[in-house]
Amino acid sequence: MKGGDAATAALPAPVPLTRRYPWLGGLSRFGGGMLFLWPSLVLFGGFVFYPLIKSVYLGFFVSDPFGHGQEFVGFDQYREVLTSPDFRKSLGVTVLFALYTVPTGMILGLVFALLANQRLRGALFFRTVFSSTIAASVAVAAVMWLMLLNPSAGFVNWILGQFDMPRVNWLTDPQWRETWDSGPALMAVSLTTIWLNIGFTTLVLLAALQNIPQDLYESARVDGASPWSLLRHITLPMLSPSLLFVVVVSTIIAFQSFGQIHILTRGGPLDATNVIVYSIYTDAFINFEYGAAAVRAVALFLLVLVLTLVQFRFLARRVFYR
Amino acid sequence: MTLRIRYGHVAQVALTYAVLILGALVVILPIYLAVVDSLLPKEDAISYPPKIFAPDPQFGNYKKAMDAVPLARYMFNSFAQSTIITIGQLFTATLAAYAFSFMLFPLRNFLFILFLSTLMVPWEASIIPNFQTVQMMGDPPTGLAVAIAVLVGVCVGAVVAALLAGVFRGGGTARWPIRALAVAVLVGALVGILAGVGAGRAALDGKILSLDSYQALTIPFLATAFGTFLLRQHFMTIPLELRDAAAIDGYGHLRFLWHVVLPLSKPALGTLAVFAFLQSWNQYLWPLLVTNSDTYRTVQIGLAGLASQEIDSINIVMAGTIIALLPMLIIIVLFQRQLVRGLMQGALKG
Repeated sequence: MKGGDAATAALPAPVPLTRRYPWLGGLSRFGGGMLFLWPSLVLFGGFVFYPLIKSVYLGFFVSDPFGHGQEFVGFDQYREVLTSPDFRKSLGVTVLFALYTVPTGMILGLVFALLANQRLRGALFFRTVFSSTIAASVAVAAVMWLMLLNPSAGFVNWILGQFDMPRVNWLTDPQWRETWDSGPALMAVSLTTIWLNIGFTTLVLLAALQNIPQDLYESARVDGASPWSLLRHITLPMLSPSLLFVVVVSTIIAFQSFGQIHILTRGGPLDATNVIVYSIYTDAFINFEYGAAAVRAVALFLLVLVLTLVQFRFLARRVFYR
Repeated sequence: MTLRIRYGHVAQVALTYAVLILGALVVILPIYLAVVDSLLPKEDAISYPPKIFAPDPQFGNYKKAMDAVPLARYMFNSFAQSTIITIGQLFTATLAAYAFSFMLFPLRNFLFILFLSTLMVPWEASIIPNFQTVQMMGDPPTGLAVAIAVLVGVCVGAVVAALLAGVFRGGGTARWPIRALAVAVLVGALVGILAGVGAGRAALDGKILSLDSYQALTIPFLATAFGTFLLRQHFMTIPLELRDAAAIDGYGHLRFLWHVVLPLSKPALGTLAVFAFLQSWNQYLWPLLVTNSDTYRTVQIGLAGLASQEIDSINIVMAGTIIALLPMLIIIVLFQRQLVRGLMQGALKG
């Protein structure tokens, strides 16, 4: 049709190549799609997929102190690092850190959101206050808490003093007592993290609360439901997707926390706050043991992957989707 | 009976307020005390019991903080980094999301899952090879060779894709060699300009990507699976009939994207922009690794530096902290709607 000149009109209509070779059409559409995906694919390839594989590969080599001369040791380094006491310690610290921050943060966020969502005078003010910490970056939060946790002039110890409790060296005491495996340092880092994340949690849950249709409550109230059963049978089930989201995201955040530890404790005292990400940092960029650090990085990747999948599998069953 | 309910109600409201006020106090206290400390004279900031008012505000502390470290430069760097990343993510995510919602092509679902799978890789797990990449690229002879090889590879890939897409479109009739030539020349010219700019830059200082540069701070973050997903969710709400109608009017994909899809997607683009900016502004580990001079250091790393340098002057450290907090506070107040919408997208569909 397009070739309307005399020469082609006289000949039989040309058969489109795609009719003779149908796969050409698919190839053509694939080319079109790839044109649009190309920028993203190149970047993902270079900065996500390649480094992931490279990390696994680096784990097979022991690095010299300068970080380049490498000796192939196969799985020996994986075995050595993953069974070493300091890896076990950092794994324990990481898990404990997640246990300190994730449930506390979620419960606090839920309480704040539920209360600030009620029809009260000043509710908007409280909503704004609770979500305000989302403006604080990790560094801002950590430096603020550095001041609050100052053993001699900090506000936290002053409050403790008002209740006749002894001062705590928040950032330098590795243990509360000999028997406890974790001490004030990890608690201090956790406090900072909970404060930092509370804005995000509250904001997500508030937005989710406002998305629950009001007629659900009205019809339940007509049926004589108590406030408690409204909460239990309407609010919480309707919130469950957002609660799942908060749990998954704050777990991932906990496993990736670095800035607050770098500013507050540098992994110390006595490795009490040496989470996996921090040990990757010290191994790779302070000690230049890229191989050992890569093993930890691979372990971190698998850990986060498994945790996310498990959370989705087990928690998702309890989640109510409209 | 009614009386008892009313009493119960009053007690309930009082309890609610008590918890709200206590919670608000705890949440706002760190920021409030930071502001107070930033306005105190040096001795008062470390006095015991801690001061909770600043009767004689020392605004000069802010000037001192700006002088102690180049805070203004750090802020500028953070702004530059966040702006470049935001624009880059808007560009790459729009293109990818468009392909995933308006184009049918082999392997589409596989590629989409491949995109989503990048969300499962914590950035910290791939940070060592990424650091090595940047280090190697900044090392002139090898880096230049690798950079040119990568540029050529990327360009060849784009040209092949464009050829495939352009040549056999509409069936591929007898004229396809001419069309192939036209497409090749056009895309080749475009890509040639890009490569030329890159090579020109490289020829000037021998590196396209190196430690201590804006490239190192931004290039690894220019693509985003979250953003692609977010935009795709929105693009899917645009009826396909619109695409068909536009196609009849002779609109190609790019024209349809520019004139129809983008104007309809401003809220989603705004959400992605706020998110991208916030996330890049808050980065800590990567800027810590790749910047080592004041010229490129971001405000987060600069603040940590200020805190350890001025460890004895809490008032100055707090003044610096408030300066670093302020831009984000303003952005969040201005763009709260976009932010909440983004959070909901993640919460409901993630």
